[in-house]
Amino acid sequence: MRRIGVFICHCGTNIAGTVDVERVAAEIAKYPEVVLSTDYKYMCSDPGQNLIKESIARHNLDGIVVSACSPAMHEVTFRRATESAGVNPYQCEIANIREQVSWVHQNDKEAATIKAIETIRTIVEKVRYNESLVPFSLPLVKRALVIGGGIAGMTTALDIAEAGYPVLLVERDDHLGGNMARLSQAYVNFDGANDLLGSTIERVTHHPNIQVLTNAKVSEVGGYVGNFIVGVNTRSNGAAEPFSFDIGAIVVATGYELYKKENLGEYGAGRYPDVIDGLQFEQMLASKDGLRRPSDGREPKEVVWVQCAGSRDPELHKSYCSKICCMYVAKQTIAYKKRVPDGQAYVMYIDIRSQGRGYEEFVQTAMENYDVLYLRGKASKVFQENGQVTVWSTDTLTGQNIKVDADLVVLATAVVPASGAVELGQTIRSAVDEHGFFSEAHPKLRPVESNTAGIFLAGAAQFAKDIPETVAQASGAASKVLGLFALRQMVQEPTVAYVDPELCSGCGLCIPACPYDAREMHSWQALATVNAALCQGCGACAMVCPNKASKVRNFTPHQILTMMDAYL
Amino acid sequence: METMTATIPTSVPIAITDPAFAQKVQARSHEPLMRCYYCQKCSVGCPTSFAMDYQPAQVLKMVQLGQKEALLKSSAIWLCIGCETCGTRCPNDIRINNVMDVLKEMALEEGVAPAEKTVYALHRSFLNSIKIFGRLHELSMLAEYMLRVPQKLPQEIGLGVTLILKGKVLKFWSAIKGRDQIRELFRRAGL
Repeated sequence: MRRIGVFICHCGTNIAGTVDVERVAAEIAKYPEVVLSTDYKYMCSDPGQNLIKESIARHNLDGIVVSACSPAMHEVTFRRATESAGVNPYQCEIANIREQVSWVHQNDKEAATIKAIETIRTIVEKVRYNESLVPFSLPLVKRALVIGGGIAGMTTALDIAEAGYPVLLVERDDHLGGNMARLSQAYVNFDGANDLLGSTIERVTHHPNIQVLTNAKVSEVGGYVGNFIVGVNTRSNGAAEPFSFDIGAIVVATGYELYKKENLGEYGAGRYPDVIDGLQFEQMLASKDGLRRPSDGREPKEVVWVQCAGSRDPELHKSYCSKICCMYVAKQTIAYKKRVPDGQAYVMYIDIRSQGRGYEEFVQTAMENYDVLYLRGKASKVFQENGQVTVWSTDTLTGQNIKVDADLVVLATAVVPASGAVELGQTIRSAVDEHGFFSEAHPKLRPVESNTAGIFLAGAAQFAKDIPETVAQASGAASKVLGLFALRQMVQEPTVAYVDPELCSGCGLCIPACPYDAREMHSWQALATVNAALCQGCGACAMVCPNKASKVRNFTPHQILTMMDAYL
Repeated sequence: METMTATIPTSVPIAITDPAFAQKVQARSHEPLMRCYYCQKCSVGCPTSFAMDYQPAQVLKMVQLGQKEALLKSSAIWLCIGCETCGTRCPNDIRINNVMDVLKEMALEEGVAPAEKTVYALHRSFLNSIKIFGRLHELSMLAEYMLRVPQKLPQEIGLGVTLILKGKVLKFWSAIKGRDQIRELFRRAGL
């Protein structure tokens, strides 16, 4: 005989305004093995939690049903209260009568009350057959892998290494620095990009806790958070077996590249040498020979920048705003005017997005102090004429079509993920979005975590970002890694799948069904096995198992059937 | 009145030939007109923009684009009454009336006929009155104005009567002591 207590929350009027909670409590009290059924204004409040704790002691309860809001809200709260009263926390379950009952049936109080009673009955049935479980602990390798040696990867690596943990930094190029090494100066203070980068590279290269592998690629990733096994191929070991590393956490910092300017046929890139992209202009700015245009080496006197080249173009190119172009174009125009004071800079834009401390003022400085002429409208075509590249565009502010006979056209092409990002996502089992940027676990609350436990994101691999934002996210990712490494060992929820060896026929259907790669065949027996560290308890294996040998703890087929019986 | 916004852009783009024009106007007006980001607050607040061929913000943009000829021929520069509503409200502290004045001066210097002849006539009559008397003398100003634009007489006669009844107009002599100094100012300004 179980001794189950049911606690029905009013949630102020959120539940009690629609559901007749007193009637529900009275009805549930009649249910078998329910020894206590009561209601209270706010169960999650301290008095509410104390009511649960005191009732456990007074009525010697061994199963708890809290009938309240979604378990996503307060399951942890009530399980903690249950545990503190000496009952196994996995004997506490939530019946959701707010989101799934009162909020959605406000116009039918009678039906809502009946639905609440039925919902609670099913959860009572579930608790009746719940096992008492104990979370299990897993060992934790305290070494991080950082993929990508740009400013994002190096910042993350340094933060982790400084905290005393070893870091493996894998860079596919033959040098560190990434795209930042290709920049001349950084907005808004015109710091030399390589001055900023130089000291970082120096610190990374000589840090005793950082192992740098250049010309290297992550070729395979197995295992799970705290216990990844990572294969890395380097050019030196060629096609041979990859080097294998035990890794606890992975940070993806693979950065970006520019959308190929040749994709924008109407702007003539590829056909006309004097149509270049933003990074090419950076190289011109960094050149010691002065500013020379590619075709004839002349100093360009009229330069047009075309913003949103491939960005904000959902039909033909990329739907998103590449975020950094407005600012780097303003920077390039100022840098250009400093080199060529008698030159004229034009910027063709559709909107100016300058969000950041001092950013708007920086763009205004380009207009006001460097006489950069901003023309609102998307350039429609570029063609070569008399040794010049003529740009046809419009000025939507005065409603006139305009043309500029320029010496040089700089396309601020869209920011896209570094090549190979999608393949890497598959290798490390971390999701990418439709553009190939790595997806974060939550757009607001978990911006540096990927969807895969133990894999974190830094910099433009996640989305277009400028240097300050990249560095901020890189340090955020490092602190997440350090938070993980601060654990003595990893604690894993025990509500995972298991295989009853008596029932398993070794058919193997569950192996491809598992979305988390948590299952494999036993090495010599005809049995499926569960890697409990990878299992997320989704139940896909239990669904496909023809013998009901695969089960999820506290969600067994028997429990589900009794829950259904309680409803019907 | 034909307005710019009403015209459909032609398919052949207008070449930007004189981006330095903006710097000339900026230097002469001392107004930071390259700052304009076209919020249009000036155009909406302007009490005379309803009659202008180009709105105040458009004038600034056209200066940026170097469209000198169209600007000097425009009515907008003459219809600006210099009330400074635009400049008072401008988030970038551009007092457009000063830009308008520079454009008016340029139009006169280059012999471009003012698009608003009556406005020009009033300006002239006003200045001549001050040149003679050292301050505004309504009778002489209105007399000159009516001589310059006699077609306006029937329209203005009612206002004239009102002013006379208020004792504004029939004052035959109204001069200040420092007329010589005022005349010196006019001489230096080349008027």
